[in-house]
Amino acid sequence: MKRAFPILAVLTAALLSYGLYAALIVAPTERTMGDVQRIFYYHVPSAWTAFTLFFLNLVASIVYLIRRNPKADALAFAAAEVGVVFCTVVLVTGPIWARPVWGIWWTWDLRLTLTLVLWLIYVSYLMLRRFSSSGQTPVMAAVLAIFGALDVPLVYFSIWFFRTQHPQPVIGGGGSIDPRMLHVLLINWAAFSCFAALVCWSRYHLEVLSREVEETQALESLLGAESSR
Amino acid sequence: MSYLYAAYIATWAIHVAYLGYLLRGYARLRSEIEDLKRKR
Repeated sequence: MKRAFPILAVLTAALLSYGLYAALIVAPTERTMGDVQRIFYYHVPSAWTAFTLFFLNLVASIVYLIRRNPKADALAFAAAEVGVVFCTVVLVTGPIWARPVWGIWWTWDLRLTLTLVLWLIYVSYLMLRRFSSSGQTPVMAAVLAIFGALDVPLVYFSIWFFRTQHPQPVIGGGGSIDPRMLHVLLINWAAFSCFAALVCWSRYHLEVLSREVEETQALESLLGAESSR
Repeated sequence: MSYLYAAYIATWAIHVAYLGYLLRGYARLRSEIEDLKRKR
């Protein structure tokens, strides 16, 4: 990954720049909503990226529970943290779109409420990781991650199976989208996925290094105490 | 249009804030590694 990092960084910067240009200039203006619909090109890819990261967190948590591999635990932690960042973007951009279109910032609609619950679950996961000093913390966090991941399909399919105020899916579920809009959406999804991969890897690397430093510090203080006897 | 810009600016503000948090983490780690090297 170290060798691929600069290449991926350049690719990500190019994709993000083109994605922004395409979202603001290339994509056609939606007839009823006007320019505010362009929020969709950031809101939807951020949601898909958050779901992918929470899925990665689930897989890494299961691997940790089976093999007790600390690197899987570090990956689960990194994926959850970056997933929360993307989920925050979803929860911020959604109301900014809703205000001019619906006339309200927020409504306790099923899709919106389940997304907020998803965010709260993963924030509590991060708080558990940060404030619990128990040796069983990684195990408890992995179990919480498995339960938390159950909310992801609920969020995704809530607009398929229930009548909600949230717009219907544009891909699958009987929805349709202008091919030019789909192109811009997919470009931004690719851009945010690459960006998430870079940030998640950096967070994972930082977590692994932090643990190594903590272990070395503990060993050093133990050796210091031994030699002072 | 202002809502559109607000959404895009908010998105990048969140990402830049998180990148800043990561960079601070790396800087803290680097100083801890330097401390450990000095003690040896």
